[in-house]
Amino acid sequence: MNFPDYLLLMFGMGAVTYLPRLLPLFFLSQRELPRWLVDWLELIPVAILAALLAPALLINPQGSLELSRPELWVAVPTFLFAVKTRSLGGTVFIGMILYWLAQSL
Amino acid sequence: MIKQAKISSSKPSSCNSTLRDGLAAAWPICFGYFPIGMALGVLGQQAGLGPVWIGLMSVLVFAGSAQFIGVAMIDGGVSAATIILTTFVVNFRHVLMSSALAVPLRGTGRLFLLLFAYGVTDESFAVNMTRFRAGGWDRWRALVVHHAANTSWILATVVGATVGTLIPPGAFGIDFALPGMFIALLVMQLHGRAYIFTGLLAALISVIWKLLIPGDSYIVAAALLAATGGYLVRRHLRQQREGQR
Repeated sequence: MNFPDYLLLMFGMGAVTYLPRLLPLFFLSQRELPRWLVDWLELIPVAILAALLAPALLINPQGSLELSRPELWVAVPTFLFAVKTRSLGGTVFIGMILYWLAQSL
Repeated sequence: MIKQAKISSSKPSSCNSTLRDGLAAAWPICFGYFPIGMALGVLGQQAGLGPVWIGLMSVLVFAGSAQFIGVAMIDGGVSAATIILTTFVVNFRHVLMSSALAVPLRGTGRLFLLLFAYGVTDESFAVNMTRFRAGGWDRWRALVVHHAANTSWILATVVGATVGTLIPPGAFGIDFALPGMFIALLVMQLHGRAYIFTGLLAALISVIWKLLIPGDSYIVAAALLAATGGYLVRRHLRQQREGQR
């Protein structure tokens, strides 16, 4: 690929990234949403977070289930720490320390 | 309920406190972006994209996983149309996030939204939704989170493409910064039984889906199914409660 092709590719990738982020906000934020939709949307953050996290902890890069990964075993005490303290910074810090220890063992 | 009154104030309370609160909320993202952005920069350099191209890509695209896939496909000589289509599919989950953000950002001016939408990522979404729900958060603070995260991402990818190979990977457990942040934000999202049920359901569906179907479709599929399942359970519980009265 040469210069204009690369540029076109980058703008194309940019457009298909930006528009899905913009259009729902652009239209849905301008009107009163029905009660059921608001209730449903309230559950989207927890659903997305769990869907991002669980496979990252349980499935190895080769694509199969693996229960002995350090990611999973570090996540358990990190999760408990978060439940106990509700601290974002503290949880990130503890998670990093534990992961570092787990990797150097 | 997400507080709407606070967000409708059109002007930020004070520029300094807005900036300070936004940066305080954004630091785990910025921190976590560094190793990932640098890794992307290194890969980009290996694929023949130098610091300038990688930087431009981070400015125009600003989407971690889509950029990784894009760089790998550029390296593999895949056609531009296929790369763009793949980027669209990988980023489609942001439709859900953008929809959910429409609730706390109700009535916001469209010019602001043009600027705001650029920075909707998994990480900023999770941070801002948690803050909006806790209260004392507004769109300006949310915007600071977006642009702080974006700045650190661009910097990290450019640094990675420039000197990335000089730094040992995996130092100080920094690779666990983003998973650690997601764990904390997930815990903060558990406001009751319906939320716990939704989270467990999403975890279960996403793992099974990813094991069966390769690719990234598991995120959108599990989020849609689990939120719907959680919604139905909550409605059922509510009706049961009202029936008892």
